[in-house]
Amino acid sequence: MTMLDELKPGEVAQIVAVEGKDAISTRLLEMGLIEGTEISCIGKAPLGDPLEFEVCGYRISLRSSEARRVQITR
Amino acid sequence: MTTSSKLTVALIGNPNTGKSTLFSGLCGYRVRTGNYPGVTVEKKLSSTRWGETNVTLIDLPGTYSLSPRSLDEMVSVDVLLGRQVDVGEPDVVVCIVDASNLERNLFLVSQVLDMQKPTVLVLNMCDVAETHGVTIDIEPLSQRLGVPVIKTLAHRKQGLEEVKNAVIRAGSSDQVPTHQLFPDLFYAECETLSHQLKNSNGSPGEVPGYLLERLLLDVGGHVESHFVAQYGEEIRQQVAASRGRLEEAGCKVPAVEAIARYGWIRENLNGVLSRPEHHATTPSDKIDRFLTNRFTGVVVFLSLMFLVFQAIYAWAGPLMDFIEGGQTFASGWVVGLMPPGALRSLLVDGIIGGVGSVIIFLPQICFLFFFIALLEDCGYMARAAFLMDRVMTCVGLSGKSFVPLMSSFACAIPGVMATRVIENPRDRLLTILVAPLMSCSARLPVYVLLIWAFIPPETYFDGWVSLRGMVLFIMHFVGLIVAVPVAWILKKTLLKGETPPFVMELPSYKIPSVRVVLDRVYDRGKAFIVRAGTLIFATTIVVWAAGYFPGDRGELHQLQAEIEKIEAMAESEEAAEEQTASLVEKQNQLSASLIKQSALGRVGHAIEPVVKPLGWDWRIGVGVIASFPAREVIIATLGTIYSLGGDIDIDEELEDEDKAKEGLIAQLQTSQWPDGNKVFNIPVAISVMVFFALCAQCGATLMVIKRETNSWAWPIFTFVYMTALAYVGALLSYQVSMLFA
Repeated sequence: MTMLDELKPGEVAQIVAVEGKDAISTRLLEMGLIEGTEISCIGKAPLGDPLEFEVCGYRISLRSSEARRVQITR
Repeated sequence: MTTSSKLTVALIGNPNTGKSTLFSGLCGYRVRTGNYPGVTVEKKLSSTRWGETNVTLIDLPGTYSLSPRSLDEMVSVDVLLGRQVDVGEPDVVVCIVDASNLERNLFLVSQVLDMQKPTVLVLNMCDVAETHGVTIDIEPLSQRLGVPVIKTLAHRKQGLEEVKNAVIRAGSSDQVPTHQLFPDLFYAECETLSHQLKNSNGSPGEVPGYLLERLLLDVGGHVESHFVAQYGEEIRQQVAASRGRLEEAGCKVPAVEAIARYGWIRENLNGVLSRPEHHATTPSDKIDRFLTNRFTGVVVFLSLMFLVFQAIYAWAGPLMDFIEGGQTFASGWVVGLMPPGALRSLLVDGIIGGVGSVIIFLPQICFLFFFIALLEDCGYMARAAFLMDRVMTCVGLSGKSFVPLMSSFACAIPGVMATRVIENPRDRLLTILVAPLMSCSARLPVYVLLIWAFIPPETYFDGWVSLRGMVLFIMHFVGLIVAVPVAWILKKTLLKGETPPFVMELPSYKIPSVRVVLDRVYDRGKAFIVRAGTLIFATTIVVWAAGYFPGDRGELHQLQAEIEKIEAMAESEEAAEEQTASLVEKQNQLSASLIKQSALGRVGHAIEPVVKPLGWDWRIGVGVIASFPAREVIIATLGTIYSLGGDIDIDEELEDEDKAKEGLIAQLQTSQWPDGNKVFNIPVAISVMVFFALCAQCGATLMVIKRETNSWAWPIFTFVYMTALAYVGALLSYQVSMLFA
């Protein structure tokens, strides 16, 4: 299974699911990271973390620990 | 419509939607701020008139979702449901959304519609949406959602009248949105839970439908823990059973909420919203690429932070001097009017000094909030947090804590106030608790005095590096280094909990609005003066009294009157100085003995055994105690104790050797214990400096912490932990450096 933190800058993928039930997972879902949504990686912060993505027409920043909860398919 | 009807309106929206701009556009400037009882959430209310209608506007904090995980987040839900008694039930909810980012913004809207209140949807920033090529057909959107939809450009005040009219119309109609976007099974489970709650011990009666939804949807959320605490453990089992049945039917909690809501959103936007197939590169994207780049991004970030720091550290200086000048002028005026006495001392040292000690912080607060508002409004603040997050996670904080902590190096007061940008309550509290450890500008004069008095003027590398400069540099890092383990321990003990989500929107860049920025500066400045200022003022008066009473000041007042008389008669300042020299000396000696007798001096003597292990005598003890409300006071206090009078100018002593020979530096260098040994040596100087680096000697900061955390517990905790840390730090540095001395 590919996870969102493996997505390289410039790549596009489809979200499959968000794992977990805690505050972080809920927040990811609320921000529109749901099944079937297209997401692309824009870049990384200077130290490699956090990551910048585009989803639902806006930009979002996630730590790689957070992106690792999101299953994707390329 | 009846003449003078009343309307309560709540305003809610995602962050970065221009909500505050709409709020100030709708209400003008009559805003009352305070805190909701028991929480740190700021309550912003305004009473205004729209034509014949008296309107109370409630501004709720910007949020992406109404799924409360804490008491702080519960406030907005309670206000909207009319359960927050101190604000009253809203008649109409205004939901503001960013038109260029409609899909995600409608998530919150769909939650608000679940509350079944008359609602008005405001599409703001339509101009930005247009530049992105996004078009929205508002007629069908309004029909599908069942609520009026109004387009606005809040920063240009366009569309405000339409919003007001729509709100008044919505308030007088009984129409409430009725939408059911979850599967029937979900509502059936809500119904079951409602029955179970009614039959439980101490039944809550009719529970609003929205709270039943939250009870079912938020795993470990605030509503669940509240109901369990109130009505027993069996509620938890019943909720778990309901969730289990839903999961069996293919509705997994919590994912079902996002899937249902986004499904509803996409259905309703189909044919209403059109977006270009391929995302064109906007200017904002280009700027972003530059500002988050590995090299240019870091360079721009560091330069910006340097600018902000420079502004609060250096540019605020002249304004602060001006305020001090005003204070001196006012004191001089009072001295000219009244004979010496307790009342005059209260006016000059207590009241004028107290007012001065409040407004002296205003320039730094205004400068910092000017920059913060500017960076926030143009969209850069989120990038700053993005760039710094990795570094800050090392100490268990997030990127959002960087700016408040950096600002605290100039002054902890604006720094603590700046923590409002951190939305997670635990992260915010942790940042507030360590902010006073950062070496603020008020510590500088203390370091300078002691370093110049006791650290030898040695230089290395052909004079490029001086020992004094190095010590000064190190002293600035003591607090920062200590803050790392402190933050770590607090995170593991008092502020334990799951890691909060960092998940942060990176908004599009835009030109900041002058109005928004100035509003923010005014708002923060006023909040400081009104709510922290009174407490700071009171502290100053208390310490004045402790230094003044008890003691017979008759002789001192006579001397003062005599000196003032001679000064008034003398032809020139020099002549006056010559004639009064012996009297002034007598006066200074008298002041010194009076401070020894005062409550403050007695405490200083009483604690000598406690401070002796730090290498201090009672004089340093008194100085340190007197400087608890404001650390820079130590210099004036030491001046008084060493019979030099309270007017000590260190800069002058450093520049003028003659002055230095008779000034405070010389007094400290020659000060002796009763047995003839010198009080001060390098270890004592280091011990005093370390104490000042770590101690919470700033009443103003503690009062601001009280205000920002809405509780006395946290300022008391800060005071206790920092004082303990300072004592241990000073003890260790004295005992260890004595081994080498």
